[in-house]
Amino acid sequence: LSVKAETLAEAKVIITHDVGLHARPSVKLTKLAKGFAARIDLALADSGPWIDAKSIVKVMATKAPKGATLFLRAEGEDAQQALDALVSLVARDFDEGAPHAQPA
Amino acid sequence: MRSPLRIEGKVASTGYAAGPAYLIGRQGSAYVSSGSAGAEAARLSAALVQSIEEVMQLIATSSDPEAAAILDFQVAMLEDEGLSETAFVAIGEGTDAASAWRAALDEHIAGYEAVEDEYFRARSADVRDIRDRVITALTDGGETIPPRGSILVGDDISPTRFLSADWSAGGGIVLRAGSATSHVAMLARARGIPMLVTTGAFEIADGDPVLLDAAEGRATLLPGADEEAAFERARTAYAGVLAEAQAAAIRPAVTSDGVAIKVMVNIAEPSEVDGIDIATCDGVGLMRTEFLYRDKLPDEDTQYAAYRRVIDWAAGKPVVIRTIDAGGDKPVPGFTMDETNPFLGLRGLRLALARPDVFRVQLRALLRAALSGKVSVMFPMVSVPSEYKAGLSLIWQVSQELAAEGAQHAVPPIGIMVEVPAVAIAPEAFVDAAFFSIGSNDLTQYTMAAGRDNGAVAHLADVTNPAVLRLIATVSSFGADHRIPVSLCGDAGGDPRTIPALLKAGIRSVSVAPAQLPLAKAAIAKASTHG
Repeated sequence: LSVKAETLAEAKVIITHDVGLHARPSVKLTKLAKGFAARIDLALADSGPWIDAKSIVKVMATKAPKGATLFLRAEGEDAQQALDALVSLVARDFDEGAPHAQPA
Repeated sequence: MRSPLRIEGKVASTGYAAGPAYLIGRQGSAYVSSGSAGAEAARLSAALVQSIEEVMQLIATSSDPEAAAILDFQVAMLEDEGLSETAFVAIGEGTDAASAWRAALDEHIAGYEAVEDEYFRARSADVRDIRDRVITALTDGGETIPPRGSILVGDDISPTRFLSADWSAGGGIVLRAGSATSHVAMLARARGIPMLVTTGAFEIADGDPVLLDAAEGRATLLPGADEEAAFERARTAYAGVLAEAQAAAIRPAVTSDGVAIKVMVNIAEPSEVDGIDIATCDGVGLMRTEFLYRDKLPDEDTQYAAYRRVIDWAAGKPVVIRTIDAGGDKPVPGFTMDETNPFLGLRGLRLALARPDVFRVQLRALLRAALSGKVSVMFPMVSVPSEYKAGLSLIWQVSQELAAEGAQHAVPPIGIMVEVPAVAIAPEAFVDAAFFSIGSNDLTQYTMAAGRDNGAVAHLADVTNPAVLRLIATVSSFGADHRIPVSLCGDAGGDPRTIPALLKAGIRSVSVAPAQLPLAKAAIAKASTHG
């Protein structure tokens, strides 16, 4: 049971990027997610629907606008590192603007 | 057995060619299914891989970060199984690869179009681009190079398609639509590639033999022995006329009534000078500089080297270099703007003045190169004198800057292109210009309100219309009265059919595509300056 607890992680972050989670941010987010072994899902609500954070087609399909809260959950050995990295990317405005976002 | 079919069209570039048809721009309707689900899935996988490689190649050659970001997005989408999964499911159920892919992508496109957010909605254009690229890879074998000597047949052809073909073994172009004044037509004339346009609809299969007679303006598909014999006779006769004209090209051009006419050449790329004997022309009447800006904004030394190559080749004869003429139908990534009506927008000198950071680099290279020959510089798309003055003042600033750096340079004579009707109607506003160079293609399209790339109005874009000829005559006589040299550098100047009318309008100097030089000189020798 303790092993499983270590491999599960959850986080949420507010999207402050001007046009939301569109093409360029989605490319960055999915590329970063693919760098981790963990299964990573995201959603726009606590209750889902959850989609694969490594698929740009599905990430784009969420059409997450500016101000939306992104819910993330990951499962796997590097789950925590993966979510830390993803939250940081979103909080940094995908390295495209001023870093004024904060983990929610 | 199908019988021979003769089609007729408008000659965009004169000459003869025989070869197998190579169909361009085929779309989904032409896709032929293999009939097996396994083979169709493999085809789609291969088309996806090929499309990814093509876009990666575009990224590698793109210097515009905005364009690269869009292309990155396309690669990410193409690599994502989520994009194609419904297509593969449909293929498994018996649909062919092209139909399955189109249906799957149309669903994605509809998804984007349904969104209220403008930013997401705009991505539907990217998904459409992705859809069409894969369809092309499926139906056309992608951006393959046509076999040497092919006759390219299609509705229209893009400049990149023309440039990517290997024309060293001849070949030709037959277009159902197209236009004789498009940039591809210009490229074809410069290289002597026969080209027929606006033939209207006809059926043809890949590899069908074609005889292209772009002198009379016709082509024969699936010719029989009779057609082949007649074609060979016409081709041989034309070759004789051309050889005679080429032999005579070494002599200066003089009309039948004894008036000497200057005949210079238009150079679109420095490498073109390798194929031209400087003794056959009076110099370069128009050196275009757009080739330098094809992939990215060029640095000063790259430009200097290109100008020097042509100036050194000219061996003391005049070289007129036109400053960057981007915009209109000649977009440059990172320089030109997206405009709804680009031909009436920020193009030519207007754009150069709006981007002095880019323009200064060219002016520095030009002033340095001007030292090494009989160089003149001209501004394109001038409309009012203040633009000419602003250009001049920038040249003086650059000259002072170079002097302060101790860089050797010269300030050459600065003239203007006359292609906006306002200038041709009231040339007295430009009495300070060192020379006038009439751009007859644009002057015609603006006077007649007939777009040069639009085959549907090609009959209106006629330089011999009395209104256009009157403008040309106005500029000629104003130049003669005020000792301002006047030349004409549009396609009409090299066309045997329009040369007589131009001479009567007072033109005494033309600049023509290199391939037109011999026949233009021969046409001048037969023409008279009097009606």
